Amino acid sequence: MTGIAMPVPDSDVIARRAEIVKALKVMVPGEGVIDAEIGMRPYESDGFNAYRQMPMVVVLPETVEQVAAVLRYCHENGVKVVPRGAGTSLSGGALPVGDGVLMSMMKFNQVIEVDEANRAVVAQPGVTNLGITRAVEHLGFYYAPDPSSQIACSIGGNVAENSGGVHSLKYGLTTNNVLGLEMVLITGEVIRLGGKHLDAEGYDLLALMTGSEGLLGVVTEVTVRILQKPETARAALVGFPSSEAGGQCVAEIIGAGIIPGGMEMMDELAINFAEDFVNVGYPREAGALLIVELDGPDAEVDYLLSEVEAIARRNGATSLRVSSSEEERLAFWAGRKSAFPAVGRISPDYLCMDGTIPRRALPQVLARMRQLSEKHGLRCANVFHAGDGNLHPLILYDANKPGELETAEAFGADILRLCVEVGGVLTGEHGVGIEKRDLMPEMFSEDDLKQQQRVKCAFDPKQLLNPGKVFPVLHRCAELGRMHVSKGQLPFPDIPRF
Amino acid sequence: MPDTFKPRTAEEARDVVRWAAAEHEPLEIVGQASKRALGRPVQAGHLLDMSQLSGIELYEPAELILTALPGTPIAEIEAALAAAGQELAFDPLDYGPLLGQPAGLGTLGGVVAANLAGSKRLKHGAARDHVLGMEAISGRGEIFKSGGRVVKNVTGYDLPRTLTGSWGTLAVATCLTLKVLPRAETEATFLLSGLSDADAALAMTAAMGASAEVSAAAHLPENAANRLAARGHALPGPSTLLRLEGFGPSVDYRFEQLRGLLGARAGVTRIEVEPSRALWRAVRDAEAFAGTGDLVWRISVAPTAGPAVVAQLAEAFACTAFYDWSGGLVWLAVPGEEARAEEIRAAIAAVGGGHATLVRAPAPLRSAIPVFQPQPAPLAALSARLKEQFDPHGILNPGRMTAGH
Ligand SMILES: Cc1cc2nc3c(=O)[nH]c(=O)nc-3n(C[C@H](O)[C@H](O)[C@H](O)COP(=O)(O)OP(=O)(O)OC[C@H]3O[C@@H](n4cnc5c(N)ncnc54)[C@H](O)[C@@H]3O)c2cc1C
Ligand SMILES: Cc1cc2nc3c(=O)[nH]c(=O)nc-3n(C[C@H](O)[C@H](O)[C@H](O)COP(=O)(O)OP(=O)(O)OC[C@H]3O[C@@H](n4cnc5c(N)ncnc54)[C@H](O)[C@@H]3O)c2cc1C
Repeated sequence: MTGIAMPVPDSDVIARRAEIVKALKVMVPGEGVIDAEIGMRPYESDGFNAYRQMPMVVVLPETVEQVAAVLRYCHENGVKVVPRGAGTSLSGGALPVGDGVLMSMMKFNQVIEVDEANRAVVAQPGVTNLGITRAVEHLGFYYAPDPSSQIACSIGGNVAENSGGVHSLKYGLTTNNVLGLEMVLITGEVIRLGGKHLDAEGYDLLALMTGSEGLLGVVTEVTVRILQKPETARAALVGFPSSEAGGQCVAEIIGAGIIPGGMEMMDELAINFAEDFVNVGYPREAGALLIVELDGPDAEVDYLLSEVEAIARRNGATSLRVSSSEEERLAFWAGRKSAFPAVGRISPDYLCMDGTIPRRALPQVLARMRQLSEKHGLRCANVFHAGDGNLHPLILYDANKPGELETAEAFGADILRLCVEVGGVLTGEHGVGIEKRDLMPEMFSEDDLKQQQRVKCAFDPKQLLNPGKVFPVLHRCAELGRMHVSKGQLPFPDIPRF
Repeated sequence: MPDTFKPRTAEEARDVVRWAAAEHEPLEIVGQASKRALGRPVQAGHLLDMSQLSGIELYEPAELILTALPGTPIAEIEAALAAAGQELAFDPLDYGPLLGQPAGLGTLGGVVAANLAGSKRLKHGAARDHVLGMEAISGRGEIFKSGGRVVKNVTGYDLPRTLTGSWGTLAVATCLTLKVLPRAETEATFLLSGLSDADAALAMTAAMGASAEVSAAAHLPENAANRLAARGHALPGPSTLLRLEGFGPSVDYRFEQLRGLLGARAGVTRIEVEPSRALWRAVRDAEAFAGTGDLVWRISVAPTAGPAVVAQLAEAFACTAFYDWSGGLVWLAVPGEEARAEEIRAAIAAVGGGHATLVRAPAPLRSAIPVFQPQPAPLAALSARLKEQFDPHGILNPGRMTAGH
């Protein structure tokens, strides 16, 4: 473990480990409880693998009743619980705690219902993101949010992280595509929200759960809306002399009223890493590469592609190719989609950052990032979701070199501070987890953070679910509830009254 | 006449709430009070009028972002967006006509607090899908902010969306950031005439399942269609409406696609851009029920369940209905003084769930029956705990959503 501290394990709970394991084995019989070190090893980290921690015990429930029984037991016995999906989180959201239960939801792997007429799929949380599309593609439908990890990541994890993908600009994030869910609170109570109908009948707890990073409840069922596949999708691959020129092109495309299905940008370093890896003809000399995908009816796609071409040329495009076949379109994407593994091949380790900025700040942010790269002595390749200003700087480092992880983390923190400074945010889609936890005060005041933590108190007053994540300072609920008010005269003589 | 506070800044509003929290004095929060006829009547001795916190703070069309104070008239926002060729894609419905008040009123804060959405909700989502950031005052009298000014953000719980639709019972909004979208270059409506409710539902389902990118789908049975016809819309009897928006060639292409898909089912008419926009405004704002004395319910169910709910209710009592959201939104008018809440909610339960809100009724009736859908006990308890975390003394709009909060 390096810089990020986790809550001190409760030695009383650890002392009761045997008893806890025994109780769990009664609730989840068969192979559902793993307490041997070798069996628990795969769970010691997630996609943010600079940090590792063995859990006290792993449970893999198969039914809602089992989930409820385990959570109720943990609540009554003061045992912490970390929910886990596929473990692809890039922010350490699923990092275990040494005095807690790691609850894997991956045995909940069934698509429960495909309701074509209502354009909805009901699935268990362990179904992969791509598994939803697979279940409906024979009907011509798909599930729109498509994180690059879609083969592996679970729909439950997507809900917990409010994940996005390259199509989010046009089709929204997870939160815009989830219609309902079932969850179990730490008390064991089962709550259903939404369904195949639209909008909440009371407070929009569906919105609150989406992106709550496993801190509020364990999701046991998800209803998502599915969309008909667009008739056509074609992409343009455009090289620019600089990221500035590319950024200006993006602004003008949106200014022209065009919302592309996907709009991604890569900087020179990322272009070359990707080209080395997949060899699809990316222009190596370009300072920035833009992939613009347009989808919809043929007539619309042809028309918009010609508009995009004109805008790109006006902005000094140095190369421009438009896909003329499905293979070519996929080849354009191959480099972008393999950007992470491509960097992984060049560098022993990398950190993937995830800030979002107002797009107009892009030139300024990129220039500052180059300075930071020099200051920290580490290279940084950039891929962005250009349409919505979500940056993914990949910081290259070698964990075997003493001090380099710490340097990479400091570099990353500087980048995220910069994002906030220009009016952006710490994380666009990967979540706060442990990774950005201690940076939260850069963006939020103490009152802001306390109000967020009070929300948790409504769900989990003992703060047993996924502790140590998202919030830098843990306050007890009793303390958060206290009000410091001075009883008052009606002051404010200045406020207009009628 | 309650005492009214009209703060000019967020800090002044905070001082009022802080005082109210200390004194346990309930506050009713209003924008322009255009929707006071909605929801349960609030019992409060003081009015917190947010209309002075007005104005667009930041509008960046290329970033698709707008930040404004909550008292900004929605009409002002829509005009600023239109001038840049953009819009609020969730198409906020205007309750004016239905509630017998002038059209065009309302503030941004009210639209968000009510989570308003119109016919285009089907494709583009509701207000909650477009709210990105919020600064607000909790019932503790503390200003907090959440979310941000960028489209993509998962930093912390999504409180802006959670507070959307909470009718001012959790916090008083002092600044709001929304995602805006380009307004379609043109539009047309594909009209199928003469279908029964059940056949209309099948046609809408087929259209929504095609790649024609229908942005709104409504069905007006005879009665509702005639009422809109009487208000100047050219509708020949029962009318099934499919809205196509976008670039000209794309709209034409998709229109023909729908003709190929549905043309054999009934007569097809094309409604061009101006009459189409006017017609959808009338559908969105439930003008078919404007100016009558009927009680009006707004019911949300799974799209294919709409006609079944109406058929079941029509057997039990006199009522008229029309459908939006491809059948999933039922506007139901009930003549007389009986609200029929139990029958309506039983019919919803029978088709697998949803919710019904009594949107037009005299105040005594709105106090006497649950205006909003009652929730199962664990969910109601969780909502009450959430309310307590924002507003421990229950001073914000007490009784607006339920007798408890
Ligand atoms: C190569 C790679 C590419 C990626 N690309 C993207 C991308 O393009 N866009 C994007 O948004 N993300 C991306 N990610 C991040 C990651 O895939 C997403 O955050 C994903 O949603 C996590 O899902 P998971 O099932 O792996 O969840 P996990 O990593 O297992 O858990 C993530 C969080 O969700 C919680 N959780 C999981 N399941 C449940 C449940 N059933 N109930 C309650 N809480 C639960 C956990 O406690 C944890 O806090 C990428 C990751 C990798 C490794
Ligand atoms: C007569 C009438 C005309 C309308 N005209 C239009 C129109 O032209 N265009 C349109 O899009 N819509 C219109 N609507 C619908 C409209 O969208 C809403 O009525 C209107 O925007 C609500 O704003 P308001 O300020 O009047 O809300 P109010 O009726 O004052 O408030 C509605 C709810 O929001 C809460 N609320 C208000 N401000 C805040 C705040 N700052 N923080 C927290 N809660 C708050 C209130 O407590 C209340 O629960 C109209 C409605 C009516 C009744």
